[in-house]
Amino acid sequence: MIKTDVLIIGAGPVGLFAVFEAGLSKLKCHLIDAIPLAGGQLSEIYPKKPIYDIPGFPSVLAGDLVNNLLEQAAPFSPGFTLGERADTIEKQEDGSFIVTTDHGTQHQAAVIFIAGGLGSFEPRRPLIDNLSQYEKKGVYYMVKEPAHFLDQDLIISGGGDSALDWAVYFAGKNKKTTTLVHRSDKFRAHKDSLDKVYALKKEGKLTLITHGEVKALHGNETLQNVSVAVSGAQTQVLTAQIWLPLFGLSPKLGPIDNWGLEIEKNAIVVNTKDYSTNIPGIYAIGDVNTYDGKLKLILCGFHEATLAVQSAYTIVNPQKKFNMKYTTVQGIQGFENTSKIPELV
Amino acid sequence: MIDISIQIIDREGNTHKVIAPTDMNMNLMEVCKSYGFPIEGICGGMALCASCQVYVNSEIHLASPNEEEEAMLSEAFHVQENSRLGCQMHMNSSFEGLVVTLAPE
Repeated sequence: MIKTDVLIIGAGPVGLFAVFEAGLSKLKCHLIDAIPLAGGQLSEIYPKKPIYDIPGFPSVLAGDLVNNLLEQAAPFSPGFTLGERADTIEKQEDGSFIVTTDHGTQHQAAVIFIAGGLGSFEPRRPLIDNLSQYEKKGVYYMVKEPAHFLDQDLIISGGGDSALDWAVYFAGKNKKTTTLVHRSDKFRAHKDSLDKVYALKKEGKLTLITHGEVKALHGNETLQNVSVAVSGAQTQVLTAQIWLPLFGLSPKLGPIDNWGLEIEKNAIVVNTKDYSTNIPGIYAIGDVNTYDGKLKLILCGFHEATLAVQSAYTIVNPQKKFNMKYTTVQGIQGFENTSKIPELV
Repeated sequence: MIDISIQIIDREGNTHKVIAPTDMNMNLMEVCKSYGFPIEGICGGMALCASCQVYVNSEIHLASPNEEEEAMLSEAFHVQENSRLGCQMHMNSSFEGLVVTLAPE
């Protein structure tokens, strides 16, 4: 059981900033996120896009902002449960909550901050009849432990950063075939990754099929072959024990919907006094909440995190009065044991 | 203020006539959201999620998709010849009479 003061569901920018604000008040935080990296949609959807409305930053790349927030939170040694989705919540007799993930990891905290953005990112599943038959038996939507896929015939589909980055990674190491299949010759991925793909193709380490699409999966218990339709050519049947369809992730509010929270239009209703929900001890901050006048902006989420921490403090420390301190006066007094901060891919 | 009239066919097949301003720097995704259509617009309009995909049913002049839109459409599902991303369609007077169908989620 992981124990902490504030359990933050969602490791996006607002969740990460909440770690810092909580840390100033000596509250320890742990974050859960469904994707295997911190940063939420900034990391998943637009890491290379500049953001222009973060106070003090005329322009900052989304990925850089995430790295800065991780660095800012680091002195307060947050814990992370990444690549797991918060599924259930149970209120305990002492008032604390136990949150369990889809992998069975249990977390206990006096206070819950839901900073879940648009929800937990679920993979976009391609439209293939017998897809579910091979899920986790050759078909995977995320790469958590790359070693599991090495030295097998591997096909990756998609044209975004994640598809190309993994194609480059595996093509450089795989002793068997690595093939990248994309439906056009236009790629969404960064130019650097695309250059690497072409170079690996030239070296004969990667097969690149453009204007192609995986249409059918074949095998017995596990995946053995896939059919790739290529426009203007015959369908090819390729040997593949592993297929990684990396067509991006789309957010779903998911299990939080069943936690007894007041929900309006896919968002959690909060009191703007402290961003508390209808369940005492559970707060909702950032894009996941709604109130009169709500704007889905990172900077509004930062403000919400700050006020939620103030209120959460009195739950964790019922005998004490919250005392705001300026960092210019106090500096930063971090916690002693430093935990490892995940690096942005 | 120049308003235009367009038609949006929802995922149940019902046609809705809506009025859209052309002088408020809005795109079709934002117009759909402002009328409460169930379009997500997850990426906020950067052509990075395809949650605002529509099928253009009317014969109007539309600039060809740029590279970013084309790249995103090449990864989206349910794509047809007339697929476009709503967020890349900036409302202007040439859209008068536009008819679009929301693509499946």
